[in-house]
Amino acid sequence: MFDFFLLEAVINGLLFGGVLALLSLGLNLVFGVVDVVWIAYSEVVMVGMYVIYTLHVMLGWPLVFAAPMALVGSGIVGVLVHRLIIEPILDTPPINQLLATGGLLFFLQSLATLIYGSQFRNIGLSLPTLEFHELYISFARLLAFGVAVLGMAGLYLFLSRTYVGTAIRAVAQDRQVMGLMGVDTRTVYLITSAVGGALAGLAAVLLVLQQDVHPFIGLTFGPITFMICVLGGLGNLLGGFVAAFVISQVISIGSFYVSTELSYVIAFVLFIVAMFIRPEGLFHRRS
Amino acid sequence: MLKLTDVSAGYGSFQALWNIDLEINAGEAVAVIGPNGAGKTTLLRAISGQLPVWSGDIALEGRSLLGTAPHRFVQAGIAHCPENRRLFPRMSVEDNLKMGAFIPEARRQFGERLAWVYGLFPRLRERRAQIAGTLSGGEQQMCAIGRALMSHPKLLLLDEPSAGLAPVIVRLVFDLVRRIRDEGFTVLIVEQNIRQALELVDRAYLLEVGRVRASGPVAQLRDNEFLRQAYLGL
Repeated sequence: MFDFFLLEAVINGLLFGGVLALLSLGLNLVFGVVDVVWIAYSEVVMVGMYVIYTLHVMLGWPLVFAAPMALVGSGIVGVLVHRLIIEPILDTPPINQLLATGGLLFFLQSLATLIYGSQFRNIGLSLPTLEFHELYISFARLLAFGVAVLGMAGLYLFLSRTYVGTAIRAVAQDRQVMGLMGVDTRTVYLITSAVGGALAGLAAVLLVLQQDVHPFIGLTFGPITFMICVLGGLGNLLGGFVAAFVISQVISIGSFYVSTELSYVIAFVLFIVAMFIRPEGLFHRRS
Repeated sequence: MLKLTDVSAGYGSFQALWNIDLEINAGEAVAVIGPNGAGKTTLLRAISGQLPVWSGDIALEGRSLLGTAPHRFVQAGIAHCPENRRLFPRMSVEDNLKMGAFIPEARRQFGERLAWVYGLFPRLRERRAQIAGTLSGGEQQMCAIGRALMSHPKLLLLDEPSAGLAPVIVRLVFDLVRRIRDEGFTVLIVEQNIRQALELVDRAYLLEVGRVRASGPVAQLRDNEFLRQAYLGL
């Protein structure tokens, strides 16, 4: 017997996976290239969401203009994070970078609370639900999936076709030799941080269509973003991409058979088991 | 063309080079030979700006390179093909060559340079889409030299191009270096394969524990009793 509701769950999982893949992309990119984990990555996404909220709701900008500004705003945050926090401690033990970006997490949460209060805010947009025969699919999710795929395709083209993109990939493979290529690694790090921030901004655009923004929203998708990156092998963009869809299907199908809460439990248990079996991530390259 | 005057350098508090004087004329091929740990690689790293010089001066065509940022040396005209080749292992041959052409002048002429390098190493053209880490040792060395040539350097530094290669491939690599030299490039080569290196170059410097122990035209060095006994086994 063909189960329409299961198909709906699978499709929703696929759409959800696109957004998760995009979320993990920026974090993974920065880790792979700069070799730093931005603990506050999901708070950079939050900044992007507040940028849209501020411009669209408070200042009345049309959404089509406010949305790109989220990319710009988060990109600038990415540059500032690198310049002000990461660069001075780049050569110190990694624990310092974790602590510093962890501190940034609390700073951004508190700053958002200070400016916007702790209320849930939304952009007052309700997108329709599409119906195909008996399948119900949220238009917001479909849109988010489409933009996520476009964003990832854009990043792929940037990394594979341009000189700077090629240099970004090269730094991830051998940073010491970059000077011999005439490449200033500091510039590459800065560009990577800007791109990583802008990807967080793109994720913000997609999330703000579906969710209210509040100062602690990062906590709702931060852990799962990290989980996906680690599962795919930190710094491995393709691995993170695949892991996002694995996790989203586990959650979506799990929600269908049991409950949403339990499906997250299942996903995290699977993650822990996977880490026991392959601590370097499912898609780790052997070097 | 390149002139080192009284150069000292090292790592941390360890001094690896002591008062090095060295000169290379345009179109010349010069070897730096010596045992392990003599400072040969350090010397190349100082010349390509990857290691700051403690004292003395390095000048290219009469202009001092002191104070030049490490990533500007390629633009100044010095390409360094490092020890162990150091290709980007998970990128294609062509992407590796593309990185060699990162500086603006080289980017503008990327197509011609690529065709030229492929003409020099037809093997690389066949393998253009292959992931560099999966090439054979000899092909990797071709790719590394090709990558350095993409910037059309005034001076090409080669660090142990024959290291880790089978004897028949070593001969091939030395032939390649000879062809590059015949193309008119100025080459400074560091080698432990002393005999073969000396067949290739006009002059050589013998480095021992960070100092120039002997230098001069190859013929003259071959007559040097000490060098004959210690390094050439004659």
